[in-house]
This record gives sequence, C-alpha cells and structure tokens, in this order.
Amino acid sequence: MKQGFFKILENTPLTETVYRMVLGGDTSAITASGQFVNIKLEGMFLRRPISVCDCEDGKLTIVYKVVGKGTEEMAKMPVGTMLDVLTGLGNGYDLSLAGEVPLLIGGGVGVPPMYMLAKKLLAMGKKVTVILGFNKKDEIFYEEQFKALGCTVYVTTVDGSYGTKGFVTDVMKDLTYSYFYTCGPEPMLKAIFNTSVTEGQFSFEERMGCGFGACMGCSCKTVTGYKRICKEGPVLKKEEILWQK
Amino acid sequence: MAEMKVSLCGIELDNPVIPASGTFGFGYEFAELYDINMLGTFSFKGTTKDPRFGNPTPRIAECYAGMINAVGLQNPGVEKVISEELPKLAKCFDKKVMANVSGFSVDDYVYTCEKLSACEQVGWLEVNVSCPNVHGGGMSFGTSPEAAAEVTAAVRKVTDKPVIVKLSPNVTDIVSIAKACEAAGADGISLINTMLGMRIDLRRRKPVIANKMGGFSGPAIFPVAVRMVYQVANAVSIPVVGMGGVSSAEDVIEMMLAGATAVEVGAANLVDPYACKKIIETLPETMDKYGITSLTEIIGGAK
Repeated sequence: MKQGFFKILENTPLTETVYRMVLGGDTSAITASGQFVNIKLEGMFLRRPISVCDCEDGKLTIVYKVVGKGTEEMAKMPVGTMLDVLTGLGNGYDLSLAGEVPLLIGGGVGVPPMYMLAKKLLAMGKKVTVILGFNKKDEIFYEEQFKALGCTVYVTTVDGSYGTKGFVTDVMKDLTYSYFYTCGPEPMLKAIFNTSVTEGQFSFEERMGCGFGACMGCSCKTVTGYKRICKEGPVLKKEEILWQK
Repeated sequence: MAEMKVSLCGIELDNPVIPASGTFGFGYEFAELYDINMLGTFSFKGTTKDPRFGNPTPRIAECYAGMINAVGLQNPGVEKVISEELPKLAKCFDKKVMANVSGFSVDDYVYTCEKLSACEQVGWLEVNVSCPNVHGGGMSFGTSPEAAAEVTAAVRKVTDKPVIVKLSPNVTDIVSIAKACEAAGADGISLINTMLGMRIDLRRRKPVIANKMGGFSGPAIFPVAVRMVYQVANAVSIPVVGMGGVSSAEDVIEMMLAGATAVEVGAANLVDPYACKKIIETLPETMDKYGITSLTEIIGGAK
C-alpha cells in the first residue's frame, strides 16, 4: 500500500452513469489486476474504494458508476484536480492458475477489473475469452476495448437489446475454458458459481471502513476462516467460498 | 524545546499519542507504512476470551465528519492473540502495548485480563465495559456504576499492571461511573467509546448497517468527548485518557487541556493511515504556536 497524490488527466462519461477517470501519479504499489484504490474526496469522511481498470507507466485508469454522493462529486471533477489516493490495496487475481484458455466474466461495474487482467493474460500468451453482462444496450461499455486487445468478446443484455438476451451464464454454459475469473454483482457471482465447470476466482464487494485491513469492517467467512475483503480479498478462489451448489 | 513526554499510570510515554483500539489492528498493517515505535503506545484490537467473527456485514456507515461501525468485536480470541498476534507485533514494536479487553461476563474479563497481564509486552490493560452483560439482561457493564465497579474490582485482583477502564458515553451520568471505577481500584479511565448511532438507506428503506445500530465516531463527536473528559478529569484523581474524534495536534492539546494525560486517536487512522505519525510530527510546532514547553504541564489546564 502507498499513499500518493494523483492528478486527474481524464474524466469522461462512457454511458449515462459510468465514467472513466485517468489519474497520473506513482502507481508502483499496484502489483496485480483485481486490486483497488481508495480515494479521499473533499467533504466526505470515508474514502471511496474503486477497482483498478488499467495501470501502466504512472497512469492509473478507473471506471466508476455514479451511485451516491461520493461518485456524484467525482463525476464533476475537472481535469487537473489533485486526489489523495491509497494504491495497491487487496490481493488481486492469481494469474498462475489461468490455464491456456481462461474465461473472464464481468457484470456491470464488475467489467473494469477484467480489462487489466485480460491484458496481462494475453501478454502471457493465453487465449482470452470475455463475457460482458449488462442490463441493456445503453449501459454497455468497453466492448470495443476488449476486442482491440485481441479477446473473443461476448456481450449479454438482460432485456435482449444487444448481444445475447439473458445473463452471462447463458453464454458461459456453452463455452469451453480452462479456468475463469469474474467480478460483478453478487447474484451474478452466485450464478457463475453454480454454472462453472472449472475452478476460478471471484472478486467481492463490501462496504469498507479503511480499505487496508485495520477496521475489520468488511470481514467475511470462508472455508479457510475469516477474511477481510479489503486485505485477504477482494479476490477469493471458488474453493474458499461457502456457497452451496 | 517542546517536551512531549507524559507518564501514564507509572509508565513513561515519549508522547501522548495512542492509536485507539479497533482502528489499528495489532499494529503490523501500519508498521508496513512507518516505524510505529514513534507512537506513545497503541491499544490493540479488543480481545475476548473466545474467538469472535462479530456482526454480519454491512458493518460500516458513513456520516458527516464521522462514521458508524458495528464490527462486533471480531478477534481471534485471547489464546491466539498471545500465541500469534503478540509475537508478530514484537517484530515491529519495542514498547509496552495497551491490551484492550472485552467480555460478556465478569468471569470473561477476569480470564482474558489474567492471561494478557502475564505477557511481558503488555503495559496496561484497557478494560472496555461497553459490551452487553449476558448475565445482566444484555445491559452494558458500562451503563451502571455498580456493574462497572464489579468488573474493575474483579480485574484488579488478577493483575499488578495498570487497569484503565474505558467508558461508554451512552449514559446519563458518566462521572458517577468513573468515580465508581476509581473506588473499585482502577488506575485510569479512558473515554469516550463510540456514541450509539444509526443511518437509514433511503433507496432500500432499511438501516445501512446489518446490526441496525452502531458506534458513531470521528471529528463530529469531538466536542462531546472534550466535555466528558473535562467532567471526569475534574471528578477523579487518577489519570484520564481522552479520545473521541481526535484528528490533529490541536485536538490533542485541547483534550489535554480538558484533563487528559494521554490521547487516543481512532477513526482518523482509518481515513489516513499516517494520521498518528502526522499528529506526532506536528505536535512540537503546535506546542510552540501556543507557547507550550511541556505537555505534562497543560494537563487539566483549562479551568
């Protein structure tokens, strides 16, 4: 973990409620895809934890959805604003288990962490397939970016206004993959837990106090004991999760 | 030359700044960021007889200038604290640590305090009496002078180390509780624990926190803490450790003027992991600014 000051280099809407923010600063503490950063905002007591979408050469990209006061403020911030950011939080995805044909599944604002993960897996020579799940067509973002990386991309929408009608698992059930990685809303994660035929890794969300393991605000029970989502998570392996199939 | 040393129940502290229990874990997360030996000491995560997972999540709610938590005393239990956490801490902290203890019966407190008291690293026992008494209808030990005194007296018998009783502000008359603890043998009083609070999510029309209510902390409660520290310090003759929303060197000085011998810093650590380091580093210049040469001399200075 590192505390640093980052300058907003870009802050643009991707959809009506989802924004991409590019931040310039010391990114040396970010060591894995699936990690998150925790951002201090003027006038808000707690920081805002946001997953890392991409990170290279002192440039950090986050993609966030406006869901409350904090993210509303973020959406209004002009380029050049300086932000106090804690970086390198959480464990991130373990790439060593990917196999040759890993499947990446992102739902809604669970899509961004899949981007840096896909880049890293492709750099390792893996053949990467991505399923992006959204509610409807005008909520879709990053389909082109994943295609540009060289991934095979499937898009699902719940209302069928684009791509495959239904849920990510409707596509997943017909695919062959060596391993999977996912991030998204909990009902989606549970469906993937039940549909998946291989081992895999899930990224979880929880309300956090500190984001670096001090307050025990985000603890959960796992097969291997109590874990802090912010510290031993947010990524848990399928075999650690206490859900029943 | 600004003199920051203070003496807390017979143990000298290099400075009065103490991270509060529950906001600093067992120290090592912060030791990755800075040398925690610069602290006066710190109060480790509230420890109970048996391991506890605590409350369901969400456990955290944000407020104006503060937060509510309902962690529910998650800790690995006293045996593991001694066998795993304290040895880990020994690698990054050379000073005496404050052992924060919670319990759900008088016997719980006695058991845990006796075990921790036997540890060389432990300098003080900070006894949190804000937990519900399972044998007393679930009412907190800290809400009646008799129950608080009973815990204090029982713990007093099993340790030679200083016993600091940590009081809840959620009471009608905190002075009577502090006096009862002093009479029962407490060496010090620390206050205030968090204030009972609640937030409701407008979209879900439900409490934000799974436990519904939780402890409100942060800068918003600072004036309440100063008032209670002042009242208690003027009523007892044992040292008082002040806490509640402290987040700057100025706040430390204000707490000491109110009557605190040492000052704990809580929620501020969660927002800025360097909060205590910054407070300690800015204390000398802040003392200069207000014409203070020795912190000991200002304790209870506001009349």
